[in-house]
Amino acid sequence: MTNTPLSRIRNFSIIAHIDHGKSTLADRLIQATGSVALRDMKEQMLDSMELEQERGITIKAASVRLDYKAKDGNDYVLNLMDTPGHVDFAYEVSRSLAACEGSLLVVDASQGVEAQTLANVYQAIDANHEIVPVLNKIDLPAAEPERVKQQIEDVIGLDASEAVEISAKSGLNIEGVLEAIVHRLPAPQGDPDAPLKALLVDSWYDPYLGVIILIRVKDGTIRKGQKIRFMAEGTTQTVDSVGVFRPKMTPVDYLGPGEMGYLNAAIKTVAETNVGDTITDDRNPAAEPLAGFKPSIPVVWCGLYPVDADDFEKLRDSLGKLRLNDASFHFEAESSAALGFGFRCGFLGLLHLEIIQERLSREFDLDLIATAPSVVYKLTTNKGEAIDLHNPADMPDPTLIEKIEEPWIKATIMVPDEHLGSILTLCSERRGQQVELTYVGNRAMAVYRLPLNEVVFDFYDRLKSVSRGYASFDYVMDGYDEGDLVKISILVNNEPVDALSFMAHRTQAERRGRSICEKLKELIPRQLFKIPIQAAIGGRVIARETISAMSKDVTAKCYGGDISRKRKLLEKQKEGKKRMRQFGKVEIPQSAFIAALKMDS
Amino acid sequence: MPEPIALYVHWPFCAAKCPYCDFNSHVRERVDAARFGAALRRELAFEAARLEAEGQGGRPLASIFFGGGTPSLMPPQVVADIIADATRLFPPLPDIEITLEANPTSVEVSRLAEIRAAGVNRASLGVQALDDTALGFLGRKHDAGQAIAALEAARGLFPRLSFDLIYARPGQAVAEWRAELRRALALAADHLSLYQLTIEPGTRFATEYARGAFALPEGEEAAALYFATGEEAARFGLLPYEVSNYAKPGAESRHNLAYWRYGDYLGIGAGAHQRLTLREGLVAARRHRGPEEWLARVEAAGHAITATEILSPTDRAREALLMGLRLSEGVDPARLQARSGLSLAEAVDPAMLAACLDEDYLTWTPEGRLAATWEGRLRLDALLPALLR
Repeated sequence: MTNTPLSRIRNFSIIAHIDHGKSTLADRLIQATGSVALRDMKEQMLDSMELEQERGITIKAASVRLDYKAKDGNDYVLNLMDTPGHVDFAYEVSRSLAACEGSLLVVDASQGVEAQTLANVYQAIDANHEIVPVLNKIDLPAAEPERVKQQIEDVIGLDASEAVEISAKSGLNIEGVLEAIVHRLPAPQGDPDAPLKALLVDSWYDPYLGVIILIRVKDGTIRKGQKIRFMAEGTTQTVDSVGVFRPKMTPVDYLGPGEMGYLNAAIKTVAETNVGDTITDDRNPAAEPLAGFKPSIPVVWCGLYPVDADDFEKLRDSLGKLRLNDASFHFEAESSAALGFGFRCGFLGLLHLEIIQERLSREFDLDLIATAPSVVYKLTTNKGEAIDLHNPADMPDPTLIEKIEEPWIKATIMVPDEHLGSILTLCSERRGQQVELTYVGNRAMAVYRLPLNEVVFDFYDRLKSVSRGYASFDYVMDGYDEGDLVKISILVNNEPVDALSFMAHRTQAERRGRSICEKLKELIPRQLFKIPIQAAIGGRVIARETISAMSKDVTAKCYGGDISRKRKLLEKQKEGKKRMRQFGKVEIPQSAFIAALKMDS
Repeated sequence: MPEPIALYVHWPFCAAKCPYCDFNSHVRERVDAARFGAALRRELAFEAARLEAEGQGGRPLASIFFGGGTPSLMPPQVVADIIADATRLFPPLPDIEITLEANPTSVEVSRLAEIRAAGVNRASLGVQALDDTALGFLGRKHDAGQAIAALEAARGLFPRLSFDLIYARPGQAVAEWRAELRRALALAADHLSLYQLTIEPGTRFATEYARGAFALPEGEEAAALYFATGEEAARFGLLPYEVSNYAKPGAESRHNLAYWRYGDYLGIGAGAHQRLTLREGLVAARRHRGPEEWLARVEAAGHAITATEILSPTDRAREALLMGLRLSEGVDPARLQARSGLSLAEAVDPAMLAACLDEDYLTWTPEGRLAATWEGRLRLDALLPALLR
């Protein structure tokens, strides 16, 4: 089973916009090749996490080996690499694509090309993939295969005349897809006698087996008992087992060139296995690693705090457990006057942040509060020092700063014509620079450069609402540019609330400052004293609200029989104050800050 | 002279339970009034003997207050016997104040003369409203006409007269309340207790309010009603000497002042509380709330005390301040220290005290007492937990 000649192997991935049918097609391919007994078949075979299945997204890469007897009478091994589809995992996607020679580009025959389709297809083109367009949902009344084919040619520049028309849902023409994989995608190349070179595609933690590494062998072979070296990490391990996914893990004797599969060794955490690393033989190492390795770096940071302070240690343990399986997110302890003890966490993007947050609450039953996400700013001090700023609260005095640079993205937005106007307004409000505006039928494609900072702050929600949900959006990171950025502090009763401070462009400062002040005014209950709420840049107040003192709160009747009761009540109230955060003479319930932050997201 | 003492006598029975009332009151078809009267006297004797044994015999008696329940349902003879016992056991001050709470129903009004003859020199009438619809809502058994008749009768009988009104009722506008209050003030009492309607747990109103059966003026509206109350009372020369109590100078309830000034008081009858300075310290005691259980215990043991507590300096300081700051006259720091063992600086958070003085919630009176201002009084329940240590 592992001495398959290279010419009989096809390694491919499927790229698609969300909901265009990637997982359903994968399920059908698995079924059609008899790789899983019908009784074991379930939907979204490859998305094993509950969250992946529910939200129709792929977070971890996975592969499955399909045995297919083609119409030409030959037996083929088809390795399907399921890749994450989201830009947050762009680097992981590019590594997964680097493990294949070709892609199926699945497009919904009624909806056509969407922003995510584009982002992913360009990555596949970058990976030198042969691409077979597949039109899905061809049986729907709204399907317009000719229009969509034209769109694929116009927008992407791919020949779509021989696009495979299918319905993954009903199983229509799955055979056509399999034949196209065999005949239109290239076979892998590789030298079985060269020193081992295998690409580390992804890794995950299995509670029984430890770390499992998904690999693609380029040259040489890898077998049980072999001593291997991770070239970037610089560590060595002895292989405990190698195998393939069918889709269950099935051990094999060895994996040769062109093969995909797994290896498992005495590795405890995925942090020791870098996606994109090259695995070679320790005694007979390759001279050069495979191209393109870079460690993944968090681009979005936020504070995560337990709502109940007693959950701090549990949060630390849970973050540690998640990191076992996801080395791309970072965390370190921090504390906040408003929120107590928590962690500063770094993520690959907003979806990544959301996923981690959701897994913490779902899998670890933690009630969390997240501060507003912040991007990483590059500061240069007057002395020429370079600082990466992850937390606005750590912003040094602006007079000490020579310049601030912020990350930009290149965003592609596809939207029906009638909503284009509001999308363009939104982008220009967010300091966007138009790069390109083209039409494909009645759909417009706008390409903008946008500061990432403007996107992490409620951009998706606004995009969805101004386009009534019809806009699709994707982006790639596009370098750093200097910006006129300021730190806005929020002061409650003249004291800064660190957890609420944020960075913004000077032109946005007042609007956003005012909106937070107004929100806090709604959320903070009236108290004994009136409470000024201010937004300030340095010492200059840019927005102000005042919470009036409570109007009346006094017991009407209080006589001899009431004294003990009143005193006991007082004791209880004093106890309750322990859950309050002190700001000078006023005490704000932590719940108000939590609500303010929740409204942000 | 040892500090005078105040005596509270609780009569726990009512003809009907009012929907707003969370006092210890009970409705019974028949009450063996003579037997309950005898038990009250027995409890009084027990406490007198205890004070005697403590070497505090003969402490002067400054006031007696018959509260309830509805003490105007007590047989006048029982009232007379208790007054006689009390003034025998504790030498009365020459100007002793003896108050009895009465309802303005005709039955009770017919007994007022006898009650006066029993020695009561101050009547406090539960008028509650001068509007028949409001009286119906409040579950009262009298109408406005009866209330006015009762006030007139009482005014002719008692040297001192007070009555209660409840305001901030559902939908009550400030102008309406001003008019009603003016009519009340014109009835020439020297003292009024004007209570904002509050929803107390366990009452019928609590259930109805939770269900949304009615809404009450709150926040700014409630503050405006409170402000109007003080203004109208002042026009008739009645000053707000306590949060809800208004009097012509000199006509303040001396008995209730004993609570607010945090003096010693004796409380007898079902559910009554007391605070007495004994050898072991200031001791708070409470009696059994159930009338029959109380009776059985008194008859068996001479008293029905169910719980006593020796109050710590912090407890005493808190109690003294939470009561004293209700008064316009405020709290004398020297008296606070003598009574609690803590100085004012030890009893309060100095930063919060400074903030409250700064905000004009608290003020130092010319006599050097710490008092809540109008604005401070309005928010006293929020101020106290912040201020007290």
